[in-house]
Amino acid sequence: MISVFQQHGQELLVGFGNTLLCSVIALFFSLIIGSTFAIFEAVPSRFLHIIGRVYIEVFRNIPLLVIGMFFYAVVPQYIVSIDGFTAGTIGLTLYTSAFIAETVRAGIQAVDEGQMEGARANGLTFMQAMRHIILPQAFRYVIPPLGNQFINMVKNSSVLAFVAGFDLMYQGDMIASTTFDTFNTYIAVGILYLVITLPLSYYMRYLEKKMD
Amino acid sequence: MPIIEFKDVEKYYGKFHALKRINLKVEKGEVVVVIGPSGSGKSTLIRTINGLEDISSGQLLVNNRDLSDKDTDLNKIRKDVGMVFQHFNLYDNKTVLENIMLAPRLVLKRPEQENKEIALRLLDSVGVADKTESYPKQLSGGQKQRVAIARSLAMKPKVLLFDEPTSALDPEMIDDVLNVMKKIAKEGMTMVVVTHEMGFAQEVADRVVFMDNGEILENDRADEFFKAPKEVRAQQFLSKIIKH
Repeated sequence: MISVFQQHGQELLVGFGNTLLCSVIALFFSLIIGSTFAIFEAVPSRFLHIIGRVYIEVFRNIPLLVIGMFFYAVVPQYIVSIDGFTAGTIGLTLYTSAFIAETVRAGIQAVDEGQMEGARANGLTFMQAMRHIILPQAFRYVIPPLGNQFINMVKNSSVLAFVAGFDLMYQGDMIASTTFDTFNTYIAVGILYLVITLPLSYYMRYLEKKMD
Repeated sequence: MPIIEFKDVEKYYGKFHALKRINLKVEKGEVVVVIGPSGSGKSTLIRTINGLEDISSGQLLVNNRDLSDKDTDLNKIRKDVGMVFQHFNLYDNKTVLENIMLAPRLVLKRPEQENKEIALRLLDSVGVADKTESYPKQLSGGQKQRVAIARSLAMKPKVLLFDEPTSALDPEMIDDVLNVMKKIAKEGMTMVVVTHEMGFAQEVADRVVFMDNGEILENDRADEFFKAPKEVRAQQFLSKIIKH
């Protein structure tokens, strides 16, 4: 296995970098998009509820691979030219954001109603109350499930392999198909995924403890 | 010119008729205590005053703003109308000091230095000056409620609403809260108080409103009400509550 790192270190490093980059981008944007749709569902507006609901149900219930392929094959053909990495990252972001929206929504619902009532009676607008009172408490509740979503997201980034995203999985496939050393190659790839997911997992646990 | 005026206000929750033909005026500086059995509509009544509950029909004027008008900006009304809740509703993620300073900072844009001075003075006046850096969950119920009162006062409201402010407190803490409320009343604050504390009502209230089944059955000067309530249901209620 060490020989895989020695002989194909360069390719693996590129793949690792792309997987990490895709994960960081998708994490950032899916958190923002997901939280936005979660707020849509908390706003007293039927219109925004419906928009939020449709978005979540669409992206949550279509396989990630289908969404990724849509951006890889369909979007460049009809709308705008994007490469595989971009297509896969967009797909992963949208897909993950639907799950994050559901998670954050549950967190918002777990915050005692009196918090919003107290804030509104105190003169705060809905958005001020959300930002300063409700969301900080909601995120505290949802750090553990959010951690799960992030770890799933890193693993799901392997969908980039199917859309020529040059990620870790893609590079692993390439190495395995040229050397036929599948055993050592995929173990090396697995280890490199752990290098991202284990620290992430421990960081989320640390955050959880710190919040208490 | 009354600061609060209900004109033929009705409120329905679906088919349930929660407020029936409410007519009530509260003058500036008055302390009005609302009493009545549970489920009589007291809380609903008080919660319409700052728009936490909307009304189905009629007119409700608060500080010259019409709450029955859908275009009325509720945030403007809430700037002038503070509310103290049964379960305190302090911000659990903020320290005591931040609980007080947040709304004046965000809503009134009060300068930070002045904001802090006012907050500290208020915390001192309600007797929790030593708890500024504590979080709500570290306080007793009585302390929480006094912080909640200070939070409302920090907005310099024209009216303060109290929705059963002592009902969730242990008996030995009730007096601390009532004493703070008495002090505020003596300073001339307009107050509408839903409570079962008859001693407080007798001592502080200018007027007593008795509600039952969503109706105002009696609206009297406090001394007259406690001497002899006119309504039979009010008499029964009073005799039950005073026995304890």
